[in-house]
Amino acid sequence: MHTHGLSGSARTNHVLYLLLFAAVMAALPWVFRNEYYITVLIFLGINVILVVGLNALMGYAGQISLGHAAFFACGAYISGIANTRLGLSPWITFPVGMLLTGCLAFLIGKPILRLKGNYLAMATLGFGLIVEHLLVEWGEWTGGPSGLIHVERLSIGSIQLYAPGVRYYYLVWFFVLCVIIVVSNLVDSRVGRALRALHGSELAARALGVDTARYKLQVFVLSALLAALGGGLYVHYLGFIAPASCGLNYSIGLVTMVVVGGMANLWGSVLGAAFLTLLPQFLTVLRDYDIVVYGLILVMTVLFLPHGIAQGVAVMVRAVKKRAAAGGEG
Amino acid sequence: MGILLEVSGLKMSFGGLVVLEDVSFTVNQGEIFSIIGPNGAGKTTLFNILSGIYTPTEGRMWIDGDVLNGLRMHDIARRGVGRTFQNVRLFGNMSVIENVMVGRHCRTRSGFFKVLGRTRAVRKEETQIREAALSQLEFVGLSDCSCLPATSLPFGSQRLLEIARTLAAEPRVLFLDEPAAGLNPRETILLSRLIERIREQGITVVLVEHDMDLVMGISDRIMVLNNGRKLCEGVPREIQEHPEVIAAYLGDGI
Repeated sequence: MHTHGLSGSARTNHVLYLLLFAAVMAALPWVFRNEYYITVLIFLGINVILVVGLNALMGYAGQISLGHAAFFACGAYISGIANTRLGLSPWITFPVGMLLTGCLAFLIGKPILRLKGNYLAMATLGFGLIVEHLLVEWGEWTGGPSGLIHVERLSIGSIQLYAPGVRYYYLVWFFVLCVIIVVSNLVDSRVGRALRALHGSELAARALGVDTARYKLQVFVLSALLAALGGGLYVHYLGFIAPASCGLNYSIGLVTMVVVGGMANLWGSVLGAAFLTLLPQFLTVLRDYDIVVYGLILVMTVLFLPHGIAQGVAVMVRAVKKRAAAGGEG
Repeated sequence: MGILLEVSGLKMSFGGLVVLEDVSFTVNQGEIFSIIGPNGAGKTTLFNILSGIYTPTEGRMWIDGDVLNGLRMHDIARRGVGRTFQNVRLFGNMSVIENVMVGRHCRTRSGFFKVLGRTRAVRKEETQIREAALSQLEFVGLSDCSCLPATSLPFGSQRLLEIARTLAAEPRVLFLDEPAAGLNPRETILLSRLIERIREQGITVVLVEHDMDLVMGISDRIMVLNNGRKLCEGVPREIQEHPEVIAAYLGDGI
């Protein structure tokens, strides 16, 4: 479903979809009682948060980021390090990590968002690689290649949120719902139209009075904040993070989820994240070759479903309806 | 009738290539002012300078007494300079009405953080934006296709849509860059009526156009550019009879 330019009944539909989505996600833990499935769904929720944020940047504003895992890493590591080294509560370090990541995104975004297309892709790729490298090199702080351990997991008083996992599941998916609401508000607004306009024709957008540099930077910072939110949720769930889980592979994976789900389509992002998060669970034999499969899926999608699986699903639903209608007549 | 737009001593050079040299003119409030000249005369470059895409090498420009030099493109648009493009630049990823709604951008306020929460003020403004956009679509006669993808429209309608989108930004002066290019004769007649109706709304129109029937039919005054220099300026009849203009268009050999 496209959340573009909603008015009247489309708006009502959008709210209905949100309610339905919330109901389904609230009911899932009763279907999948297995603790392992719950863990997978928690990671899926974290991925959805990142993918929705990246879609705002890539799908709507048309600005690519091949280093988005770096913001995830910043959110996780800043909060994790502040927690382990300074002994601060994760409830404090978590928002601080997000805030600092947002500031970093502002400082990085200001110069590199002047670049376009492939050049922006290269710059963000470089940024991601630098962060990944620093995480390994600054071992004294980050724990090096083996990662940062003993990060405090989220708890309220004496109530642990990570176990049983279903508590954390609800926490994560509550955030997912908030993120989807907030980002769909954004894209269906004056600012969202400005973002899509600068994607469509930057020159025309500027000629109509859109301060394109400013909006690019704002959506870049927003998507970095959401990545940091995901990072914080990740590290304070596992109590651990390593550079391997926030490197280039993860960045590429996120981009793949956006494209496979459908550019400029928020529900597509949910589907794309679900597809590519759950797929490896069924393809465990592939192990380290998952990046190859990601690549293949990306290429196939671009070739055969340029608007992502969300569009594919919509086409299928329409075809089934049509056939049902025809069958009813015949 | 006061002066709305003033341009003085404009020069533009790209590297060593001088595209415009010492171009000065004024456009009065509420008139239709056309700029004509052979291809490569510097007409589009002039538009690109006035709308802030290029920074002129020399020269100053004012709108209603306010200096335009040094302003960024979006600020210039906010000051009331609207333009269309020679090869229509629609937002292909958006519907017809959304294209026009983008035009309302510089006349509306809801900022990044406000829209995230979709506050009451944001929703109210959103309704106003949609209504204003619809009325512009009605003005150019496209209200029936408001929900179609913008680029699914036939070419002539795309031009009208681009004009509606620019009008939504409430320009004081509207620059039209070859609006009749690619239009059939019937569409061109409708276009000339539209331009006159735009002027009736109090909007000053600056027109770059090759279709001489259109230019001569609706212009109050015409400026002729040739090789980046101003050749002459006057009412249509003066321009048609000007020997240098005839020479510029037909070659010096005659």
